[in-house]
Amino acid sequence: MGGYLLRRVGQAAVVLVGVSVVVFGLLQLVPGDPIRLALGTRFSQETYDALLERSGLDQPVLQQYVTWAGNALTGDLGVSFRSGEPVTQLVLERLPATLTLAFASILVALLIAVPLGTLSALRPRSVVDRGATVLSQFGISVPDFWMAIVLILIFAGTLGWLPSGGYVPLTEDPLGWLQRLILPAIVTGVVSGSVITRFVRSSVLEVLGQDHVRTAQAKGMATRQVLGWHVLRNALLPLVTVTGVQLAYLLSGVVVVEIVFAWPGLGQLALQSVQARDYPVLQGAVLLFALVFLVINLVVDLLYSVIDPRIARR
Amino acid sequence: MSEPVLEVEDLRVDLRTPRGTAHVVNGLSYTVGRGETVAVVGESGSGKSVSVLALLGLLPSRTATVTGRAALQGEDLLTMSKNRLREVRGPGVGMVFQDPMTSLNPVLTIGRQLAEAVRAHGESSKAAARERAVDLLREVGLPDPDRAVDRYPHQLSGGMRQRVIIAIALANSPALLIADEATTALDVTVQAQIIELVDRLQEDHGTGVVWITHDLGVVAGIADRVLVMYGGRCVEDGTVDDVLERPAHPYTRGLLGALPDLAEETGDGEVPDLATVPGVPPPPTDLPEGCVFWPRCPVRSDPRCETEQPPLDLVGGPLLTKGDGLPHRAATWCREGDDRWT
Amino acid sequence: MTGQPYPEPAASPTATEAGREPSLRPARPRWRETLGLLARNPTAAGAATVLVLVALVAVFDQQLAPEGPNEISVEDRLQPPSTEHWFGTDDLGRDVLSRIILGASVSLRVGFTAVGIALVVGTLIGLLAGYYGKWVDDVLMRFMDVIFAFPAVLLAIAVLAVRGPGPTNTAIAIAVVYVPIFARVTRASVLGVREEVYVRASRSVGASDLRLLTRHILPNAAPPIIVQTSISLAFAVLAEAALSFLGLGTQPPNPSWGLMLAEGRGYIELAWWIAFFPGMAIFLVVLCFNLLGDGLRDVLDPRQRTAMGGGR
Repeated sequence: MGGYLLRRVGQAAVVLVGVSVVVFGLLQLVPGDPIRLALGTRFSQETYDALLERSGLDQPVLQQYVTWAGNALTGDLGVSFRSGEPVTQLVLERLPATLTLAFASILVALLIAVPLGTLSALRPRSVVDRGATVLSQFGISVPDFWMAIVLILIFAGTLGWLPSGGYVPLTEDPLGWLQRLILPAIVTGVVSGSVITRFVRSSVLEVLGQDHVRTAQAKGMATRQVLGWHVLRNALLPLVTVTGVQLAYLLSGVVVVEIVFAWPGLGQLALQSVQARDYPVLQGAVLLFALVFLVINLVVDLLYSVIDPRIARR
Repeated sequence: MSEPVLEVEDLRVDLRTPRGTAHVVNGLSYTVGRGETVAVVGESGSGKSVSVLALLGLLPSRTATVTGRAALQGEDLLTMSKNRLREVRGPGVGMVFQDPMTSLNPVLTIGRQLAEAVRAHGESSKAAARERAVDLLREVGLPDPDRAVDRYPHQLSGGMRQRVIIAIALANSPALLIADEATTALDVTVQAQIIELVDRLQEDHGTGVVWITHDLGVVAGIADRVLVMYGGRCVEDGTVDDVLERPAHPYTRGLLGALPDLAEETGDGEVPDLATVPGVPPPPTDLPEGCVFWPRCPVRSDPRCETEQPPLDLVGGPLLTKGDGLPHRAATWCREGDDRWT
Repeated sequence: MTGQPYPEPAASPTATEAGREPSLRPARPRWRETLGLLARNPTAAGAATVLVLVALVAVFDQQLAPEGPNEISVEDRLQPPSTEHWFGTDDLGRDVLSRIILGASVSLRVGFTAVGIALVVGTLIGLLAGYYGKWVDDVLMRFMDVIFAFPAVLLAIAVLAVRGPGPTNTAIAIAVVYVPIFARVTRASVLGVREEVYVRASRSVGASDLRLLTRHILPNAAPPIIVQTSISLAFAVLAEAALSFLGLGTQPPNPSWGLMLAEGRGYIELAWWIAFFPGMAIFLVVLCFNLLGDGLRDVLDPRQRTAMGGGR
């Protein structure tokens, strides 16, 4: 168990180093002088010099990276070219909103996928199964931003039940928070949920055909118990890893959905920083997203090893 | 013979497959008495596994049609309600499956899987069920049962897992134990241990046993009576001595002709190739007309072979039936005295 | 199978063929067989037909579009769907149907270019990683893990932020995102065939690595890659639309489905058709690529093929 944990953390650390190189490289690939691009035409030489000094862009590349990575490790991601505020503070402010949306989306995805996938597997080729197959195919293919617009039109516009976007902190207005969370979470959740539904279906089907399910039936257990303890538990084990992979797509959806719903998360910040050519902020947002992905993935892997006795003791 | 534990009459199983209806079991009848072991022998595809899965309603209900009668202590398994069938699984019939590697749930401890079997039939306290699980593990000879209950299947060897599966099957002291190729996946020494274990438990509890196998060596060691299956039918049955020493059906003779001398040890533990009957069993979707065996039969001495399925008739008469009075029957048109029959 | 008294019927045609003539390439491209099976799958066949039609529309867009993409007509602005303008007009009076037809070539061109690049680069990386293993595998796949750690759209946004918008850069940005997926699929597939009898046999008679890779391993590892190509095309079209929607892909006034959606968004309550029909176009094409991918998987999945071939 300890060895496994250490190996996984080590792998994640290697990937993180690679991620830092890519994020750092973004700024290097900008054609021309990124500070000049960010500042536009009207700026004072002092501002320019201060930013150049602060970003160290006049240094050799390798030295730049070492300085940048060293600073990043201590939590210093530089300052915004636009506002001069520390990037770390800017991105951390946006993190809770993104995490909230990400977890709500996973929840929606699983709430759709597990029951629907299981029902389909229990009655293959039935009406429920065919319906679920069609629905999940639609859910996978629908453009998320389009679905967001349509849902806004229906629920915010025509029906007027929910706000069309925005965000209030949970602590200030729990109801308002929930109302604003529902639509974005549904949009990202439906897309991921559709993929996971198909996975749950095939996974449950596979487990249903396994010998140990027959053993459980043969010892006279009630169908409900066999399903719960033997089938679902085994079928949902691989789901943990799939949810990990899905996370990459889900976070991608979160970026788009944040923008459509004016959800003040990292995705929105990233787009704003692109439009403002505020590269350090873009770097910060991209880095943090990757970090979120790596951490959640690591947690998922470790969780998996806890649930599955075969891995934990390898 | 005492009152039968199981009486199977004219059991038929059809399975719907993409390639048409498969007639997997075609009118099988046999009885198992208390404390008696009946071996069902046949090559893979002969319908022997399906015939017992059908008894417990373990075939997929969407594709399987089961007819006939199968009375467990007088009560028909094939017509009973789902709920009653669930009650019978365990206390009525215990089942041991072929592959110990896959027959246990990999993510639950063996103690839990045993306790489930106990708790599915009355026992409600977790602690008591666990205690019973430990007792059962001790009974099937698992070393250190107190600690073994908390182990996961992958931590045990194949032989040990099969002991656990036997413990699960015996958890509710069933009247009948069905062992479906229970030793096939195990190596020879472990096979012997498992057979010995079942033998002992059977003596202690008076359980009737149906032992399904394709291994005639196992049959000789364990069975009281033998039933040879081919193409979903019984082609020969009788006592072990009758069937193994005086086989009457060409198919049984073919199987036995290939049997290595039982006294002779095969050094490398490998089971020698038994395939002396050329060809493969007919696909159950497309059974031949006439005797099911005729396309592979080396004898074919009778004009009816290709047109009419021979009935299961007594073999030989009083001369060949020994004093125990149990009938020896075979479904063949071939009879002793035919010059091609030697 | 020591316990079986009689030999089972031959498991799969590939196995026997490989056993008989190990030096021969066992899986010749079965294009005709594949197409035949695909044609018998009504969903996949339908999806393929729709995609061919869309491709034809994209090729002959100039001839098919009733109006030019930027024919502005103020008196015709925000017209609902009618016999004259089937899909209505937008805020500048441009015909939505014409713009969808002209946008098809943009979407498809970007999608095909992106997947083409990702396919070539990703497959190459996956082949090398799977075939050579050891440190080659470690280095390449860790590198792929790095790219995979970024949310797809965000990485594409970052690439576009650096390289500037436009169709070519959009295609490159999407390709970068899909390289690791092709690499992973290829690698897994190569690992599956690397130890097959015919590969080992060829190696033992001294075939070169290049010959082994191109003649033996790639053709046999291809089915999952083909399936992945179809599915990736779906997501590439979707990604192009998303990036254009965000203002980073195709730039106005060029017609692009994602861009049209973004432009129509402000008028959604006033004139739903401006955003609705481009969305339907994206949805239809993406759905068809996905359905085709599913159909291909059914046909190319070797387990299913042997199940049809016989034996139990």
